[in-house]
Amino acid sequence: MSVPTVTRPDPAPVPSTGRTRDRRRGTVAQARRREAAALVLPSLLPVLVLSVAPLVVGVLLAFTDARLVRRPEYAFVGAENFERLLGNGFFWESFRIGMVWAVSVTLLQLVAAMGLALLLAADLRLKGLTRVLALIPWAMPPVVVAIMWRMIYSPNAGPLNAGLGAVGLPDDINWLADFSTALPAVVVVGVWVGMPQTTVTLLAGLQQIPGELHEAASMDGAGAMRRFRSVTLPSLRPIITSITSLNFIWNFNSFSLVYVLTEGGPGGKTMLPMLFTYLEAFKNRNIGYAAAMGVVLVVVVVVLLTAYLWSQLREERSR
Amino acid sequence: MRALVRPAQYLALAAYIAFLGFPLLWLVSASLKSSAELNSLTVSLIPQDVRWDNFGQALERQGLVRSASNSLVVALVSTALVVLLALPAAYALARFRGALRALGTGWILVSQVFPVILVILPLFLILRTVGLTDSLLGLTLVHTTYTLPFALWMLQGYVAAIPTDLEEAGAMDGANRASVLRRIVFPLLMPGVVATAMFSFVSSWNEFFFALVLLQSPENYTLPITLKMFIGGEGKVALGPLAAGSVLAAIPSIVFFSIMQKRLTGGLLSGAVKG
Repeated sequence: MSVPTVTRPDPAPVPSTGRTRDRRRGTVAQARRREAAALVLPSLLPVLVLSVAPLVVGVLLAFTDARLVRRPEYAFVGAENFERLLGNGFFWESFRIGMVWAVSVTLLQLVAAMGLALLLAADLRLKGLTRVLALIPWAMPPVVVAIMWRMIYSPNAGPLNAGLGAVGLPDDINWLADFSTALPAVVVVGVWVGMPQTTVTLLAGLQQIPGELHEAASMDGAGAMRRFRSVTLPSLRPIITSITSLNFIWNFNSFSLVYVLTEGGPGGKTMLPMLFTYLEAFKNRNIGYAAAMGVVLVVVVVVLLTAYLWSQLREERSR
Repeated sequence: MRALVRPAQYLALAAYIAFLGFPLLWLVSASLKSSAELNSLTVSLIPQDVRWDNFGQALERQGLVRSASNSLVVALVSTALVVLLALPAAYALARFRGALRALGTGWILVSQVFPVILVILPLFLILRTVGLTDSLLGLTLVHTTYTLPFALWMLQGYVAAIPTDLEEAGAMDGANRASVLRRIVFPLLMPGVVATAMFSFVSSWNEFFFALVLLQSPENYTLPITLKMFIGGEGKVALGPLAAGSVLAAIPSIVFFSIMQKRLTGGLLSGAVKG
């Protein structure tokens, strides 16, 4: 950002005795604090009412038998919801699907985005076009993305089946409705949507690596592969750690895309935990039970993430 | 070996372009095809003859224009609110060190990993008690609240980039605080405000989950919900108008994102990485 230069007159020396300056500094600090509070308060208010309070209530709900009805009566039932949840096979199956989805989308995103970022960092033609293309999936409404991919995967008039048929492969696969292909098909869409942001972040990281490092490494006779492993990867490490953590959480929490693509079908094969919880709350109307599911999901994500970040940190230290 | 690197790179780049771009091309092409061609078994990327009547049909459809205007109102009002609320708070966050800043930044980071599914249940109950479910006002407030943290994060980065010297210089020249902010800080902050506003608009325009849960009557639906109902409702989907409606719904977001392209390059992590 360019900032106009302003010539600044030298501040005149301020004569003052120590004591009055101290007192003045105290009241100034206080006034500043009050000012800061006044500036922040307006945005604190909606956040408190519409996101902190609901979070607290949500955790409390998990210990009640609340139902989504006009005149609800809640009773605290202790940990009963959680005990029931332990024996709920459908929930844990959905949980497993959620993990498969989040882990595979996150990993594939990272690999695909790394490749694209390296290409964009290299001096190639068509870079501008690719950069714009790489941003579009990020900008599009998830509903439109889902509608678009439903057309691609369409069993009769879809280009995917047509393409496969043209090269002599089976061309009658109903990608989103077949038990074995639904989850992988949905994962591909997840990668398509999430790749741009990861690419942009990695690219920003790549551009921060000083060129001398690469030059020095090639002087020492390191090939491209070797340079990638001993210069690029270590420099990108903090960025990779943060973006994979964020991607994992975003993917685990994702809802809209798969809801519009498959609504969790066929036969629950793409029933991500968020969809499962949503249906329990707003179709079966058991919001206490659904809240307990939400709590379990949050706790698991936090535990997994802490473990991951901790291991990354330890590895960093041992270097 | 060396001579093979460039062609291999271009091959890979072409594969990426195809993967990223083909679905978009297909959607646009479907929006231009006649329904006869869409239902026939010949599959081709290039329409036999280009027709615009899908767009006409999509717009004539009950609800599409109405829900587009709902989306527009919600997005514009929540964008205005986000900017109004975030501007002073971003200034405070960037300029005052200490507990406030730590708390603010902490909350912004937590908000990125916020378990929306856990929050939506009480949020629904809270909004229902004050009669704001199935209401565009309720949805606007929710969009504002959930866009605010990231908008704050973006904006405070822009504030931090303005050297404090400039403000001090203004104060030296005898300007009071309000006029320092108005004459020096705000003009420099404009690009940041514009970027933040576009980000907020796109977030609200694209948002699906809150709208799905909170809105019940079709006259209140936002565009994403109406498009989703197009698929489910009619058994056999009218593909052409659906594709046309989708193209129209994606245009505002894509335009804004292309304008913001340069500013997005740093992305969410730029502040975190540079410290």
